[in-house]
Amino acid sequence: MSDLQAVEDLHDNAGGPDAEDVPRRLVSRPALADRIFRIGSTGIGAFVLVIFGAIGFMLAIAAIPTLRRYGWNFFVENEWQPERDQVGMSEVLLGTFLVAAVALIVAFPLALTSALYISEYAPAKLRGPLVALVDLMAAVPSIVYGLWGLFMLQPYLLEVAHWIHQNLGFIPLFRVNTDPDAPMWAQARYTGSIFIAGVAVAMMAIPIGCAVMREVFAQAPIGEREAALALGATRWGMVRSVVLPFGRGGIIGGTMLSLGRALGETVAVLLIIAPIFDLKVRILENGGITVSSLIANRFGEATAIQLSALLTAGFVLFVITVIVNTIAAVIVSRSRSGASTEI
Amino acid sequence: MTAVMPQNRSADPVPQAGPPPAAAPEIPPDVPRKLQSKTIDDRASVIGAGAGSLALTWLFYTQVLLLSGLTGFLICWYLAFVVLYAVVTAVGNPRPVVADRVASAALHAGAGLVGLSLALTLFYTLYRGAPALPHLSFYTKDMAGVPGDAPLDQGGILHAIVGSFIEVGIAVVISLPLGIATAVYMTEVGGRFSRIVRTLVEAMTAVPDILAGLFIYTTLIVAFNFPKSGFAAGLAISVTMVPIIARAADVVLRVVPGGLREAGLALGASQWQVVRRVVLPTARPGLATALILAIARGVGETAPVLLTSGASTFLNWDPVNFTMNSLPLYIFTAVRSGQPNNITRGFGAAVVLLVLVLLLFAITRWLARPRVGRR
Repeated sequence: MSDLQAVEDLHDNAGGPDAEDVPRRLVSRPALADRIFRIGSTGIGAFVLVIFGAIGFMLAIAAIPTLRRYGWNFFVENEWQPERDQVGMSEVLLGTFLVAAVALIVAFPLALTSALYISEYAPAKLRGPLVALVDLMAAVPSIVYGLWGLFMLQPYLLEVAHWIHQNLGFIPLFRVNTDPDAPMWAQARYTGSIFIAGVAVAMMAIPIGCAVMREVFAQAPIGEREAALALGATRWGMVRSVVLPFGRGGIIGGTMLSLGRALGETVAVLLIIAPIFDLKVRILENGGITVSSLIANRFGEATAIQLSALLTAGFVLFVITVIVNTIAAVIVSRSRSGASTEI
Repeated sequence: MTAVMPQNRSADPVPQAGPPPAAAPEIPPDVPRKLQSKTIDDRASVIGAGAGSLALTWLFYTQVLLLSGLTGFLICWYLAFVVLYAVVTAVGNPRPVVADRVASAALHAGAGLVGLSLALTLFYTLYRGAPALPHLSFYTKDMAGVPGDAPLDQGGILHAIVGSFIEVGIAVVISLPLGIATAVYMTEVGGRFSRIVRTLVEAMTAVPDILAGLFIYTTLIVAFNFPKSGFAAGLAISVTMVPIIARAADVVLRVVPGGLREAGLALGASQWQVVRRVVLPTARPGLATALILAIARGVGETAPVLLTSGASTFLNWDPVNFTMNSLPLYIFTAVRSGQPNNITRGFGAAVVLLVLVLLLFAITRWLARPRVGRR
């Protein structure tokens, strides 16, 4: 009791009776090297910002005259003939979305199942190598997938396309302008289609989606997993009740990231698809066009007007992919828990 | 008798105080029960359903419906397997077990299909490119004056290999300092402006690579009349590489423990000294990984190169004059030519490109191994 009193006395007598505690101001001027470092790195950050901002800016600038001239017709018109003053990219946009949709329909279940397999079903020893394999799959150049899709996959996919046409041909999506039941069915009508290009693009979309999903699944809390198993859940029951709900953000985000990749893929589509400017949804039929394959196809012979039209198409693609990827990045970063690494 | 037997077998090690430790081997060591071991029911249902569905599919597919085609057969076999597996399981198990087994079958099939596709991609490229690979001239000569349908022992891809190295070299010289400095800025300096930079860099990693080529093409080549060349291609590749390096390096720098930075600052080091002597050396393997991953991506970029470098058939060491070929572009043009020998050369070049990427990838894994813990 008396000790406490003594401490309080001491405390009271520390300053003057009226003096308030004012923290000493700790302001240090950074050293010269530090100032150079800060200014220099800020400058480089600004430089990168300017350069990459310039890409969007330049595309936007180039798009203005075209958009002003054609207005909304640019998105509605389906002729791509800049030399005849007819420019519209409805068929190009439609083709881009169809290829991406086919790619996603193929890639989503495969990415989801392989991510679940790696994080939940694979033996612990195999997990590391499998993760590396997915990374490797992402590192394989897109032209190699293009070659594979064109030379190896296409003959098999023709059969699949023919079967779909035979049995589901009444749906406009699967119609092909040829007789499906002819004894010698016209294989050439099924080559170079949006469907085949989409399957090849799926190979590039899978590793991105799979990597993101696996990462999020692996962070599903161990306590809830064990609780589910302890309550008698089967492994799938545990996955369904713990891992999938926890990883929902990762599933959506990963899928959107792979959608972004599928929208912009150039070379595989360029190799496989037969460039035809038709506004059509017949995905099994020969021919189609996407924004990136249009640019790669036409830049060579482009005059100033055509180049401006191509740049406008590029700008539209740029805006779409940036929006898709930004949404995806926000969703993924929200679903990731911030693991601290502080000492 | 029967009562004594189990007691003897599970003799407890504790009460045996008499014998010295030499007698220990008599006691069987504790073996934990394997929780994930399969029961006979597990194995038998898989094997039975597999064999049954194969027979059923064969009967209906080839004998009754008279269909043909391997793709359809495999798909039907798998579907029949899943149905049969579910039915067999449902006979002696509750519903959750049926769901568990069907889900397991679907997951294994999906993962297997992805693995199979990757393996097929790699092996098919090797298989088609193999005829071109044994010829020494394939690596030591260019295609100048060699017609596309010439036999495989004439001409080669030296010009494309050299071109790829020069272009990627230019891209690395530009994008490595820019990328790492940007990452250092985002993590070490920070502030509101850095958040804008980070958002932009993240957005740029996902922008289609062809737009990088289009940007360089319209600014450098159309507006400034710069010739189509290796330098323009290098610039276009570096536009795609900077965000990759910056983003990967950003992740690596962020996981450098803050305690290390504070220790450095507390010892009186300036911020620049802390960055140079503490942060960057700590993150060195991760930074190397970032660089090599970016190189692996850059060396395979086709679309930007297609717009900016022009495909030459001759060996060109000069990055600012004349067109310059590169591996992806060579593959693209060779395959599109339609001549069988040229297509084989294209696949051969694809094998070389894949080997390069695999090599870079292996180096990455090797560099990242000691520091990055695996889950």
